[in-house]
Amino acid sequence: MAMLSVKNLGISFGGLRAVDSFNITIEKGELYGLIGPNGAGKTTCFNLLTGVYKPDTGKILLDGVDITGRNTMEINQAGIARTFQNIRLFKNLSVLDNVKIGLHNSYKYSTAAGILRLPSYFKTEKMMKERAYDILKVFGLEKEAALLSANLPYGKQRKLEIARALATNPKLLLLDEPAAGMNPSETEELMETITLIRKKYDVTILLIEHDMKLVSGICEKIFVLNFGTELANGLPQEVLHNPEVIKAYLGE
Amino acid sequence: MKNTAKKQMSKSTRSNLIMTGAIVLVYIVSQIMIAGGAMSNLMKGLLVPLCYYSILAVSLNLTVGILGELSLGHAGFMCIGAFTSAFFSKATVSVITNAGVRFTLAILIGACAAALFGGLIGTVVLRLQGDYLAIVTLAFGEIIKNVVNALFIGIDSNGIHFSMKDAMALNLSEDGKIIVNGPRGITGTPKDATFTIAALLLILTFVIVTNLVNSRSGRAIMAIRDNRIAAESVGIHITKYKILAFTISAALAGVAGVLYAHNISTLIAAPKNFGYNMSIMILVFVVLGGIGNLKGSVIAAVVLTMLPEYLRFMQDYRMLIYAVILIVMMIFNWNPKCITWRKNHSLQGYFARLTKKTKKEA
Amino acid sequence: MSFLSYLIKGISLGSVYSIIALGYTMVYGIAKMLNFAHGDIIMIGGFVIFTITSTLGLNPFLAVLLSILLCTLLGVVIERIAYKPLRNATSLAVLITAIGVSYFLQNIALLIFGADTKSFTSVITVPPLKLVGGNLAISGETLVTIPLCIIIMVALTTFVKKSKTGRGMTAVSEDKEAAILMGVNVNRTITITFAIGSALAAVASALMFSSYPSLSSTSGAMPGIKAFVAAVFGGIGSIPGAMIGGILLGVIEILSRAYISSQLADAIVFFVLILVLLVKPTGILGKKIQEKV
Repeated sequence: MAMLSVKNLGISFGGLRAVDSFNITIEKGELYGLIGPNGAGKTTCFNLLTGVYKPDTGKILLDGVDITGRNTMEINQAGIARTFQNIRLFKNLSVLDNVKIGLHNSYKYSTAAGILRLPSYFKTEKMMKERAYDILKVFGLEKEAALLSANLPYGKQRKLEIARALATNPKLLLLDEPAAGMNPSETEELMETITLIRKKYDVTILLIEHDMKLVSGICEKIFVLNFGTELANGLPQEVLHNPEVIKAYLGE
Repeated sequence: MKNTAKKQMSKSTRSNLIMTGAIVLVYIVSQIMIAGGAMSNLMKGLLVPLCYYSILAVSLNLTVGILGELSLGHAGFMCIGAFTSAFFSKATVSVITNAGVRFTLAILIGACAAALFGGLIGTVVLRLQGDYLAIVTLAFGEIIKNVVNALFIGIDSNGIHFSMKDAMALNLSEDGKIIVNGPRGITGTPKDATFTIAALLLILTFVIVTNLVNSRSGRAIMAIRDNRIAAESVGIHITKYKILAFTISAALAGVAGVLYAHNISTLIAAPKNFGYNMSIMILVFVVLGGIGNLKGSVIAAVVLTMLPEYLRFMQDYRMLIYAVILIVMMIFNWNPKCITWRKNHSLQGYFARLTKKTKKEA
Repeated sequence: MSFLSYLIKGISLGSVYSIIALGYTMVYGIAKMLNFAHGDIIMIGGFVIFTITSTLGLNPFLAVLLSILLCTLLGVVIERIAYKPLRNATSLAVLITAIGVSYFLQNIALLIFGADTKSFTSVITVPPLKLVGGNLAISGETLVTIPLCIIIMVALTTFVKKSKTGRGMTAVSEDKEAAILMGVNVNRTITITFAIGSALAAVASALMFSSYPSLSSTSGAMPGIKAFVAAVFGGIGSIPGAMIGGILLGVIEILSRAYISSQLADAIVFFVLILVLLVKPTGILGKKIQEKV
């Protein structure tokens, strides 16, 4: 059974068909790339998959479960986590707290226990802290744990966002342009980190990217979106040499 | 790693201890002064108000600073707490003769009633976007005050009677008494609010809010404040936590109302004590003390309550000064030019430059 | 007959709300903020007219003109001093500042004019119209208010559509960055928006206090809030929406006052607001703007 099975997904905004007949199947553990020129509808697809928009047509099955039409919170609890094109960190919280929030649904205790400082508070907070540090270590951010997340340099903010998404223990991780604004060595590092978390957390990944080095470097399959609909879909060596794809990016 | 773990766990405990210590200290000093006759009547009369104004400020900061929503109807919850508890106290003054028991129940009733309204109103209001939420909470605050002002409640051997028209419509029997008398409010509430209890409730309020903030639920609330869309994307139930914060805030405002009601002889739902002006005053405490800064709320509430009593100028132009504080504090905190000025002139900055110099010389 | 007379009264009051709502809706659409102090500028306008006519005994028409001038100036000064420094602040900070400005205006008026309610002398000298054999009386104020509202609406819509500044205003309301790139002077545009809004507030105050002559430092707050409800009702950011919302709200208020209860009329207005915000937050004519994720 595929991890993600999307059939005929589509949405219109006013008169514009932003995404149409979006079909994709992602197997468990795969690393899929979603590419396409600017305005193709890639982030819109992410928004459809995460319940930010409700699709007009189509179905989304996550690990066999129909999650079409559910809201963002439910979808995250079902197992999809994402990062955002324009980073959305909790700016007034520390790096550690940003990750801890990702752990909100995995480590629970009641509000009353928190206010009254019952034993469950101390026990659960300790476990949360350890797990949060573990995750930060994977991204090399453990030294900045107490720092305000707004004060992190850009590249580390992007990493923190991925860390937070990972903390929600997702089956499927959606990364929206994780390498945006990174220099080549940072991108190298990101590629290594993504490979590492794939192995360590056994997570399926779909990522949007413009950086072709990253895409061809780590993606096992690539989906090309143009004008809201599929242009190509398959192995990197085929897709990236597809003349239609090249035309879409470079023009005639 | 262990050191960091210890420091983070006790951040809230340290905050709680400092505030509790400060309040206890003030309490002890006050009691000594009172015993020695060194405290003016003016100051004596301010002791309980200082406590409930501080509670109001801390509880509003939970909504404004921690949840990030502007509520302009906070006084409405204070009103509910005040009137429900006063009604209870007056109605049971001959039945429950132990003042301690009766007042404890009154506090619980006031808090629960305010919490109930907080939850109900929150369910409607918290779905709205910031600007609209402010106006709607303002409206609710006024509506609550107006409704209470038109309320007549009496008790006789047949039970409790309500009316929204006048006292006559209550149709009380000979042995009945009117407790809530419309615009004339409630008179003769037992003055059960002592400085001791008020100080304890303030400490309790501070600890409750601080502990909430430094807990899983608190993080969720602040995440919603900082970035609602991101919070949703990590599985946080937005509405649940918004209502939670709002309800706790309302409940604590209700507690302040209980203290208020049991500290005066006549309780009226007048504009100056439960209306817009009161809600604005509490907002000024929060803004001056620092949005999100709970200790600051207490300090600001104390300073701004005491100052007008001792400075004539402050008393005459009190509300004008409040208005200016709101404007100036916002510009000071948010204007890029001001932010740059503060960065260049901050104490940390000077210290860092100093150590850099010594490092260079070394 | 009484229903018709209430209806006309409601349309008249609604016209005043429309004019006030225009100020809210334009500022909200262009500066993206809720000018809490807008209602209090109406109050100031009323006091200016009152002072000039009663205390100085000058021509009412001159008084209205001076009021428009002073309110426009006041609006611009407020924008420059209190709102402009906060262009990049959170909406919470801007809202608090606006509340501060509103509170400031109310208390300055309180200090200068005292707490007692003043009696406003109507600036309108048009005699009432008697129709239907004397059964239906339309006040002089209403005869001026409703046509004036229509004229203002038409003039403003033309200004926004045809003039360079007006088109600049539309551009800023749709996309500030793009407008800057197209050479629109955003600062000037926002200032002009506030100026127009405040001028309209002065006009509204002349009309409103002429029909409802009690004037005190808090006289602007309620109409301000109701006009805000009207703006939301009609669709915040939409000029025709302000008109529709205003008229509808005025009619609802007067009919509620007449047929249900005077005290509950205000509460009913608020429930309209809550209903609109819960059911169709963009109002009757508003566009649904998707938050960019």
